[in-house]
This record gives sequence, C-alpha cells and structure tokens, in this order.
Amino acid sequence: MMEKAELIFEKLKSNLIKTLLLLPAVFVCLPIILLITGSVMGSGELKQYLSPLFLDSVEFINWKLIPDYPTFENYGKLLFLTPQFFVLFWNSIKLVACILAGQLIVGVPAAWAFAIYKVKGNRMLFVLYVVLMLLPFQVTMLSSYLVLNSLGLLDTHKAIILPAIFSTFPVFLAYGGFRSIPMQLIEAARIDGAGEFKIFCHIGLPLGKSGILSAMVLGFLEYWNMMEQPMAFIESKALWPLSLYLPEITWAQAGYAFVASMITLIPAVFVFIWGQDYLEQGIIFSGLKE
Amino acid sequence: MKKGIRVQESTTNKHIVKASKYRGKRLKDARAFFTFMMPSLLGTLVFVIIPFLDVFKRSFHTVITKQFCGFQNYRTVFTNQAFGLAIKNTFRFTIVCIPLLVVIGLIIAMPVSRLKNAGVIKSLYLFPLAMPTATIVIVWKMLFYKQGFLNLFLSKLGELTGLWGEIHKDYLGSSAAFWVLVASYIWKNTGYTLVLWLAGILGISNELIEAARVDGASELQCFFKIILPNLKGSLYTIVILSFLNSFKIYREAYLTAGAYPEQDIYLLQHLFNNWFVNLDFDKMAAATVCVGGFLFVVIMLLQHLWDSR
Repeated sequence: MMEKAELIFEKLKSNLIKTLLLLPAVFVCLPIILLITGSVMGSGELKQYLSPLFLDSVEFINWKLIPDYPTFENYGKLLFLTPQFFVLFWNSIKLVACILAGQLIVGVPAAWAFAIYKVKGNRMLFVLYVVLMLLPFQVTMLSSYLVLNSLGLLDTHKAIILPAIFSTFPVFLAYGGFRSIPMQLIEAARIDGAGEFKIFCHIGLPLGKSGILSAMVLGFLEYWNMMEQPMAFIESKALWPLSLYLPEITWAQAGYAFVASMITLIPAVFVFIWGQDYLEQGIIFSGLKE
Repeated sequence: MKKGIRVQESTTNKHIVKASKYRGKRLKDARAFFTFMMPSLLGTLVFVIIPFLDVFKRSFHTVITKQFCGFQNYRTVFTNQAFGLAIKNTFRFTIVCIPLLVVIGLIIAMPVSRLKNAGVIKSLYLFPLAMPTATIVIVWKMLFYKQGFLNLFLSKLGELTGLWGEIHKDYLGSSAAFWVLVASYIWKNTGYTLVLWLAGILGISNELIEAARVDGASELQCFFKIILPNLKGSLYTIVILSFLNSFKIYREAYLTAGAYPEQDIYLLQHLFNNWFVNLDFDKMAAATVCVGGFLFVVIMLLQHLWDSR
C-alpha cells in the first residue's frame, strides 16, 4: 500500500517536472503560431488587427488565433502573381546548395587529414583553423572585400559562395565524426594494400557520416539565414537571398510578409525535423575539444 | 664467437630497416596529410590569411595616397566616439548575455537529464535555432512595438491587479532595446546550450553519483560537489560557442532597428558595417587589427585554460 502511494507520488512529481519544462518550451515556439495564423488571414482582417502598430494610435494590437475568415489568398498572390519572389527563393537555394557542396569537397578531406595523419604541423594548423572558425564576420569583412574586389567578384553570387566554401567550421564538425574511427581499422586496410584515397572513400566517408551530415545540417540553417555577407557584397537586389528581402516588406503588405516568412521558414523546418539528430550531434561535435 | 657477431649484425640491420620504414611511413603520412589539406589550405590562404596581412599593412597607411602614416589610423580609431560606444555596448551585451545563457541552460538541463525521453522537450528548445532571423523579425515587431502584445499584456495585468495603468512603452526605440536583444539572444541559443550541457551531464558516470548518494550526500551536495566540477570542460566550450554566437545578434538588431539604432544597442557590428558602407577603410583596417588581435588573445587564453585542465 505504502509503496503504491510512493509510486503515484513519484509519477506525479515527474509529470509536474515535465509540464514545468514544457511551459517555457511552448513559449519558445509561440512565434511560429503567430506566423501561421497571420499567413492564412485575409488582407482586410490583418489590416484591422495590425493597424494600431503602424498608425501609432492608443489602441492595442488585436489578434485571433483562428482567423474569422481563413484564406489562402495571400499564398496565391505571392506564389502565382509575384515572379520576383521565385527569383529570390531560387537565389537562396542556389547559394546554400553551392556553399554546402563546396564545403563537402574542400572541408571534408581537410577534416580527414586532421583526424588521421598526426604529422608535424597538424596540431598548429588545427589551432589556426579553430581561431579562424571563431572570428566573427565583421573581423573578416574588410579582408574578404579586398580579395573579392581584386578578383572582380563583387556583386556576384561567387562573392558569397567562395569565401563560405573555405569556412573552417565544417572542417571542425567533420573532424568530430572522423576522430572516433579506430586507427587499427585504417592500419588493417593499409596492410591489405588499400591506397590512402581508397581508405578515405571506403572507410572514412561511411564511418564519418554523422560528422559530415551534422556539418551539412548546421551549415544549411546558418546559410539559409545568412545576412551579413550578401548585405556587404551584393548590391543588385535581383541577386539577393530571401533573408534580405523579407525585412523590406512594409506593414502595408503585412499579408505578403507573413506568407513570405512562412515560405522561407518551411525549408528550414524540413531540415530541422529531418536532421534533428545530426543537429544535436553537430552541436556536441562543435563542443569537442582536441 | 662468430655466431654472436652475426646475430648482432642482423639486429642492427633490422633496426635500420625498421627506422627507415618508420621514416618512410612518416613521409607518406606527411604527403597524404598535405594532399588532403591542399584545397582547404589554398582557399584559406587566398581568402583569409593573405588578405588579412594586406589589411594589417593598410592599417599603417592612408587610404587615398597610400602613404605610410604610422599609428595615425589607430589614434583616430581610439579617439573615435562611436568606437568607444560600440565597444562599451558590445562588451555590456556579452557580459550580460553569456552568464545568463549559461545558467539558464544548466537550470533546464538538470531536470531534462533525468527524463527518460526528453526528445520533444529538446526539439522545442532547439527549434528557434532553425528559425531564420528574417522571419522572426515581424513577430518581434508585433511583440515589442508601442501598441504590441507585450504592452497589451502588461496593461491587462495592471488593470487586473489595479497596480498600474496602460503602458505605452516603445521597447525598440528606447534603452529597453538592449533587453529585447538579450531576450532574443537567449530565446535563440538556449537549445544549443541545453544540448551541450546535456552531453556534459550524461558523460558523468552514474556510479559516481550513486556512490555519493549511498554515502548520504543530499541532492544539492551531489550537484555542487560532483556534477558541477565535472562540467568544467563543458563550461569552457559553452562560453566559447556562446561568444561566437553573440556576434550574430547583429541580424536582429539591424532588422528591428536599422543601421543607426538607439544608442544603447549600437554594437561593434553596426560600426563596422557603417564604416564599410562609407568606405572608411583606414579606420576599419585599424579596428579590424585591434578587434581581431583581441579575440585571438582571448581564444588562445581560453584554449590554454582548456588544455591545462
């Protein structure tokens, strides 16, 4: 009898902790609910609710979690009547895809080199890479500008893609995946006569998959959200990514703003859901010390 | 007699063979290392290292005539009021945010580490990391504008308790903007910190904690005497990564308040961007060298602390 009461108490306690933890967590996600409702509201309704914000009146903002007249009107307008939006969406996709592909080709072999070949200079170079990884964009802005200018790449997509390919962050993450590969395995492959490149392809890539994929997931979220680089190096608005265009939409077009935000959000949510394990893994790898 | 010598000879031979084999392997390793590194190394040289040296050189020259001018640019930067303000604000932001984030992360991580399946909770906290800043800005505006949700909520609360009347504070246009930035930084990075703390906590051996409990240690004692000391490594990591992420707050600051915001949130990032737009490359070069050098020293110090643990 006593034991049963204790069990129930324990259960209650754990449930209470769970709810307490969920409370702020739900608050964390509330903004997305606002975005979703805003995106299915008609323009008239939106204007009515949001007008206190930009008219500077004494009335407060008003909102309904379920709109009076839910409609996909704004989705339709944006998707079918605004070809410019597609150009920007495509820009974003192109930038992210090229950067990630480049990082795969350049960064992953470098991570492999750091993890497997403990030669002289390895450690020193690695420290240099860590320092470069931690420098914020503002510190490298002028130097990037100078080199992009002398290569004649300013105001092109290459100005964003090329420097990003040589970011050292993915090297660090992929390194986290490679370093758990046992050396004996590689020695055994060598004795069997496999070349270094073959070992990289047949042992490194499959076993280091988690590190590589976490670099890709974190990279996607980072570059989909990229603002500083295009703001500094791209002037033509036709070349802008979505992340720069969204803030340009004014309150008068709030409907557009909500829908455009939702459409920008969707790929990020997909990657988040699909790659959550890798995201977590990546965060842990990013925290590994040498 | 003869036999002995022969044996000796053959062992030395073996040694030589072994040594040369070892050297051969080292050479092969070095070759492989540089082959795999080559693309990355070349790119880093061309896009980061060499241009950075160029910036270093420029910081001692005038921008137009390209004449050597000693430390003139540095003097200009250090007497520049905007630079002082930006340094002060950035420093204040970092000093407020990082301890706050670290502690909040740990407070959440402790109970989560004991749950059997914390998957959903972790995802919820991680989700803001995936939300692009550009999409969140419209929500921030709805919350923090004069007639926004926060004031609505506070006014209702005042009405309910009868303690205060309607509140019409403009959070983005006053010194409160600083705290909006702090909140949005915490909002975005709690998940990241949570995951790192959890990895640290789960890495502590259970036996250690169990043993302490058997010896009669209370929960609090367990926490302060066993768990915290074992989390030192995670702490360094979290501080470094939080610092790295703190620079990205510029996105929120810029999008909610523009290039010349309220002076409490005028950060180094604003200053660099504005100098860049105005083509003040001489000042920028000097400031880049200073800030870059400062960060380099801090990172090296933290690394040293890390290694000497």
